[in-house]
Amino acid sequence: MQFMLLFSRQGKLRLQKWYVPLCDKEKKKITRELVQTVLARKPKMCSFLEWRDLKIVYKRYASLYFCCAIEDQDNELITLEIIHRYVELLDKYFGSVCELDIIFNFEKAYFILDEFLLGGEAQETSKKNVLKAIEQADLLQEEAETPRSVLEEIGLT
Amino acid sequence: MPAPIRLRELIRTIRTARTQAEEREMIQKECAAIRSSFREEDNTYRCRNVAKLLYMHMLGYPAHFGQLECLKLIASQKFTDKRIGYLGAMLLLDERQDVHLLMTNCIKNDLNHSTQYVQGLSLCTLGCMGSSEMCRDLAGEVEKLLKTSNSYLRKKAALCAVHVIRKVPELMEMFLPATKNLLSEKNHGVLHTSVVLLTEMCERSPDMLSHFRKLVPQLVRILKNLIMSGYSPEHDVSGISDPFLQVRILRLLRILGKGDDDSSEAMNDILAQVATNTETSKNVGNAILYETVLTIMDIKSESGLRVLAINILGRFLLNNDKNIRYVALTSLLKTVQTDHNAVQRHRSTIVDCLKDLDVSIKRRAMELSFALVNGNNIRGMMKELLYFLDSCDPDFKADCASGIFLAAEKYAPSKRWHIDTIMRVLTTAGSYVRDDSVPNLIQLITNSVEMHAYTVQRLYKALLDDISQQPLVQVASWCIGEYGDLLVSGQCEEEEPIQVSEDEVLDVLEGLLVSNLSTPVTRAYSLTAIMKLSTRFSSVNRIKKVVSIYGSSIDVELQQRAVEYNALFKKYDHMRPALLERMPIMEKTASNGPTDIVQTNGETDSTILDTKHLPNITQPASQANDLLDLLGGNDVVPVIQTTVPTKPASAGGELLDLLGDLSLTGGPTPTPAPSVPMSQPSFLLDGLTSQPLFNDIAAVIPPMTAYNKNGLKIEFTFERSNPNPNIAVITIHATNSSEADMTEFVFQAAVPKTFQLQLLSPSSNVVPALNQGSVTQVIRVLNPQKQQLRMRIKLTYTHKGSPVQDLAEVNNFPPQSWQ
Repeated sequence: MQFMLLFSRQGKLRLQKWYVPLCDKEKKKITRELVQTVLARKPKMCSFLEWRDLKIVYKRYASLYFCCAIEDQDNELITLEIIHRYVELLDKYFGSVCELDIIFNFEKAYFILDEFLLGGEAQETSKKNVLKAIEQADLLQEEAETPRSVLEEIGLT
Repeated sequence: MPAPIRLRELIRTIRTARTQAEEREMIQKECAAIRSSFREEDNTYRCRNVAKLLYMHMLGYPAHFGQLECLKLIASQKFTDKRIGYLGAMLLLDERQDVHLLMTNCIKNDLNHSTQYVQGLSLCTLGCMGSSEMCRDLAGEVEKLLKTSNSYLRKKAALCAVHVIRKVPELMEMFLPATKNLLSEKNHGVLHTSVVLLTEMCERSPDMLSHFRKLVPQLVRILKNLIMSGYSPEHDVSGISDPFLQVRILRLLRILGKGDDDSSEAMNDILAQVATNTETSKNVGNAILYETVLTIMDIKSESGLRVLAINILGRFLLNNDKNIRYVALTSLLKTVQTDHNAVQRHRSTIVDCLKDLDVSIKRRAMELSFALVNGNNIRGMMKELLYFLDSCDPDFKADCASGIFLAAEKYAPSKRWHIDTIMRVLTTAGSYVRDDSVPNLIQLITNSVEMHAYTVQRLYKALLDDISQQPLVQVASWCIGEYGDLLVSGQCEEEEPIQVSEDEVLDVLEGLLVSNLSTPVTRAYSLTAIMKLSTRFSSVNRIKKVVSIYGSSIDVELQQRAVEYNALFKKYDHMRPALLERMPIMEKTASNGPTDIVQTNGETDSTILDTKHLPNITQPASQANDLLDLLGGNDVVPVIQTTVPTKPASAGGELLDLLGDLSLTGGPTPTPAPSVPMSQPSFLLDGLTSQPLFNDIAAVIPPMTAYNKNGLKIEFTFERSNPNPNIAVITIHATNSSEADMTEFVFQAAVPKTFQLQLLSPSSNVVPALNQGSVTQVIRVLNPQKQQLRMRIKLTYTHKGSPVQDLAEVNNFPPQSWQ
């Protein structure tokens, strides 16, 4: 996978993960063009399209479009499954995820994605393991936070 | 300074902005606050500030001033800081900025951190955006982690190694030892990422590929376990066990089995098993089947398996899910060359896909339909394709029209059908056809002698209906000009002859001249047509009137023609019948051959290559021009070059041969022919009155078929090399009309001792089947003694798996090629 974009029906970017080195300007250009192209598609059309020299796989979940750019030799149908797995992970983590969750907790959405995919490929095929890893990391984060607030509480910042 | 606002609060605030300007204001304010906070080197809130910056970056605002802060966060000991720091690095930094190299040391430390989640963060960042320098520095650490027993880290290290290899391929060797027992892991995450790593290595290095071939049995076993094992809740997707891993294994098997008989055989069974046992009700099952089909088609599988694969694709075509249909069409397009017959069975389904609503599916179906057209199904297929042409998007029309022409040319069951088909295309998609379709069609019509009456009648009727489609109008006016007499005499055999009078015909042609819809080219066609009718019709006066009117046309082209036709009426009336005689049969060139005369405007209507004994004019319009120029009818300098873009040399030669007693340098010279008429107009005048020879000013050495056997046809086209007239440049075009490609095609030639031969490199060594392409090769022959050219050729190629060799003598070179 070369990159993954999440955007709303109005074309607002909610998440962007790039697995190829591109400058900011180029990324913005690609994003703009691709968002336009995908939003122009009618609901009955198939989830795949050819764009530049890449294959684009996209799927709409409620108000969000999940869009992946894969290479020629990649399997489009399994990419749909990858997208679906990511949505399932978000759903399990946030509990019936909606767009607002991803807006307000975008950094968590990234963390989850980074436990599922690495360098554009799936690193873990078990839903349970991904969620467990995130849970543990969250715990670690909390532990790091608590000592400070305790000190603050007793006035010993 | 008050504590910076929290991330959530910022997001909430920004979302209340009602206009872009309001949002920009808020963002700018917050950025200023963040900047001053950064300046204060505040450790406590750095994390929060960077997180806010990342949000603003996603909205599209610049955030480069946060790059260094990300590095500081990464260097911090707190896990929260590291988490946001690495995220920021992945979002804001890339290998173009030197700043990123500062990360290297941090990452190195974190790769050896005591907490696996920190190690995980650094592996992830390195594997996502590590530059080549970073990869070089840290490859050793990654390799170490690849050997750890911690599966959480091992799987990440494997994918990180993939990234390292992609960035620095030379480091691939380094990871080889660590791959030794990757596949014996039980953990699916490690298995999956290991297969990805092995795939990457095999794709990049043939040595690695042969080294890893021995893993095939192990991979087959793993795949078998996945399929046979019972329900595993952890990896189950809609009843299928770990589809991601299955697909990756199938892909690796494809790479390992390609071109290798033993490996392919070892996987035959498991592929058949997967193909028959996988559930197809959900997308996930079809994803696996798709990968299986791709693998079967790529390796050396037995034919039964291949048929199974194509049938799976056939079933896909009937699936309700559009995505599946799309994928099927794409795969079938790849396999149609090699398994043509098997794909033919699904032809009707494919043709149905032409009616699909989705653009991508329609395009695929169209390409596939053209690939499937053959002599047997041409009538039925053409009906469908013409219907498709009617209703498709404009983007498709050009490609579809070209495809239809090609197919019609190859497989037309009868001339009438061919002409009807082309007419249908011109009437429905006339404005989208390629430029050369007009001359091609005219050539086709000219050569179908028995169809002249029918053709001109149909074209006339089409003109009555609609004069907006220029290619159609051009062909029609040309035909009416040529065969108007047949039209008026009502001689049509093929269908009910219509009653048309000369005046009606002239009305139509004149209508074209004045219509706003006609382009200048079309007008030129109709004027010439009217002129030609002066010898076929009796109402010469009317024609004379029309021609004289256009003598003062604003369009220079029309004006010139009209003036010259006028002159033809007035001064050279005795020549008019000869000049305007019927066109002879034209020899067909190899289409798109390099020596095609490309006259893109309508002036000369066809590629004239038959130079033998043409007492008639082959190009009345331009020849009339040349003629009158030569006769000094105008003061226009006779520039034959402009109307004759090729072969002035041989043309000069022609003239000189025929006119014998001119004291110009003998033999074909490259000096431009205009010098001939300019210096000797009187001789030419004499010559012309005694011999009608206005041919061949545009003469070219005609092409010839040198060899035609077993489906392999080799045509020679000729050019004279300008600097040295003794060198003939021959281009061979090899085409293959059989159903299988001819590979390893080698063309060799030998000539008698007095000649010298130079063979340049061929365009390729595969002659694709069904005339879908050609191999070209250039031969240069030096013939200083001007002897008759003879050649012996030897052809070797592999056809349907067996080698073929043939020798032949080529003796039918046209005289112009060696004189």
